[in-house]
Amino acid sequence: MLNVRDLHAYYGKSHILQGVNFHVGANEIVSILGRNGVGRSTTLKAIMGDPAPRGEIVFKGRPVAGLKPHEIARLGIGYVPEERAIFPALTVEQNLLLGLKPGQKASRWSVEETWRLFPQLRERANAPGGALSGGEQQMLTICRTLMGAPDLIMIDEPTEGLSPQMVERIGDLLQEIARRGISIVLVEQRLVIALRISHRVYVMGHGHIVFEGTPADLMANAEVRREWLEV
Amino acid sequence: MIEIVLISTLNGVLYGMLLFLMASGLTIIFSMMGVLNFAHASFYMLGAFFGFEISRRIGFWPGLVLAPLLVGLIGVAVERYGLRRVHRHGHVAELLFTFGLTFVIQEAVEMVWGKLPVDYRVPPSLDFPAFTVFATNYPAFKLFELLTALAIFAALLVVVTRTRIGLVVQAALTHPAMVAMLGHNVDRIFMLVFGVGAALAAVAGVIAGPALVTQSNMAALLGPILFVVVVIGGLGSLPGAFFASLLIGLVQTFAVASNASLADLLGPLASGAGSSFLRDIWNVTVAQVAPIIPYLLLVLILIFRPRGLMGQRES
Repeated sequence: MLNVRDLHAYYGKSHILQGVNFHVGANEIVSILGRNGVGRSTTLKAIMGDPAPRGEIVFKGRPVAGLKPHEIARLGIGYVPEERAIFPALTVEQNLLLGLKPGQKASRWSVEETWRLFPQLRERANAPGGALSGGEQQMLTICRTLMGAPDLIMIDEPTEGLSPQMVERIGDLLQEIARRGISIVLVEQRLVIALRISHRVYVMGHGHIVFEGTPADLMANAEVRREWLEV
Repeated sequence: MIEIVLISTLNGVLYGMLLFLMASGLTIIFSMMGVLNFAHASFYMLGAFFGFEISRRIGFWPGLVLAPLLVGLIGVAVERYGLRRVHRHGHVAELLFTFGLTFVIQEAVEMVWGKLPVDYRVPPSLDFPAFTVFATNYPAFKLFELLTALAIFAALLVVVTRTRIGLVVQAALTHPAMVAMLGHNVDRIFMLVFGVGAALAAVAGVIAGPALVTQSNMAALLGPILFVVVVIGGLGSLPGAFFASLLIGLVQTFAVASNASLADLLGPLASGAGSSFLRDIWNVTVAQVAPIIPYLLLVLILIFRPRGLMGQRES
């Protein structure tokens, strides 16, 4: 589905990504773990084309490095940023509808489906997006990206700042997404959620991947956890 | 008194609506791309001169349609072949680019039409008094300007709030990068917005030209006021631009019409004030300080409410 080889990215003069390699298969949930500032978010952003990536990014057999963000999105990569980027002045429903791409009529994921899964969003369908709670905004931003019918969705820190109960619901939502055949790249701080739902995990340190394996492999490898994950 | 209030209100609203035709484009362009377009008032001037040129050849009404179209196309070209390339080099380069463009346009206008005012006249079909209040005739052309501006305002409101492209524009006001990552071609939408913004400024030029003076310095005269409007309203806020336009329009019109001075306000207190220097200050009329009032408001807003009246952006 997605193959990233020797990915480099820069912010100004700082060399943030220094040769990142990873891949995501069809129907797979893959997590990228690591401490703050090691380049996990930048990896997702560089795949979307901003900052401009160097290296090889192949999605469904097509090289996408060098394309513009909207072109990459139209090929079927969905992105949910850490800051959620809800359009504050638009209503919840308008936020959802903006997830539809130009010329796209229907979606595997519809407004009705969002309402069914998240009744509290339906109740607030006409409220401005800026008035939602953090958890509601997180659901809205994920559902908005799903409206565009991506084949792969990359989600940055979805559980940050949410209550444990809300974290559970986000975890359920991610599994529901995967059941529908959408691959997921998850960037997470909370090991528990990531280890529970991921098929494979990567650990990042200082701009490149330092560990790759199954959640069980990572649990067995105390050294990697101590050096790259535990604070 | 009632007469002055009534006429000043009409004139103030008219001036405000003309400002809004320009400020609306300026504020949307800023929000979407962070570009403060210094050349925006130049599009207004081009509109006036194109309107003048077309009206003396084939008439005012074709000019009202063709001049904004032409200026809109120029706007699109400026964005596509100029601004978009400069954008890669950052905001300072963009500022300098639009700043330079104002001089290019001004020099071009002076080469073609010279420095003196051109004879851009009110079309005969609108050259009559629309109505008479007390002893004042209110010209039909001013009423036409007002109605045109209101119609465009209504159309803009419908497009921005009711159409899909309007929704995309609204979303891009706060999170342009996210809009692109949802699959919308923000570059192309911005090019359209830039073109429509230039065309709206040109409409203001076509309809203000005959009533004011169509001259090569008109962009330089209006540009600063436009920035005052956009900053007071809050960069990026359309409703803010609307209220600030009306506010500046009304404040300036009423100030010009007012003979009041501090001496009147303070009455007998003022006469007791000693030195002649102070007496000079007491006797300055509001009309005399009218040109400063918008800039004074600008300074106060920046000190006490830097976001502007309705701005959402922090920066």
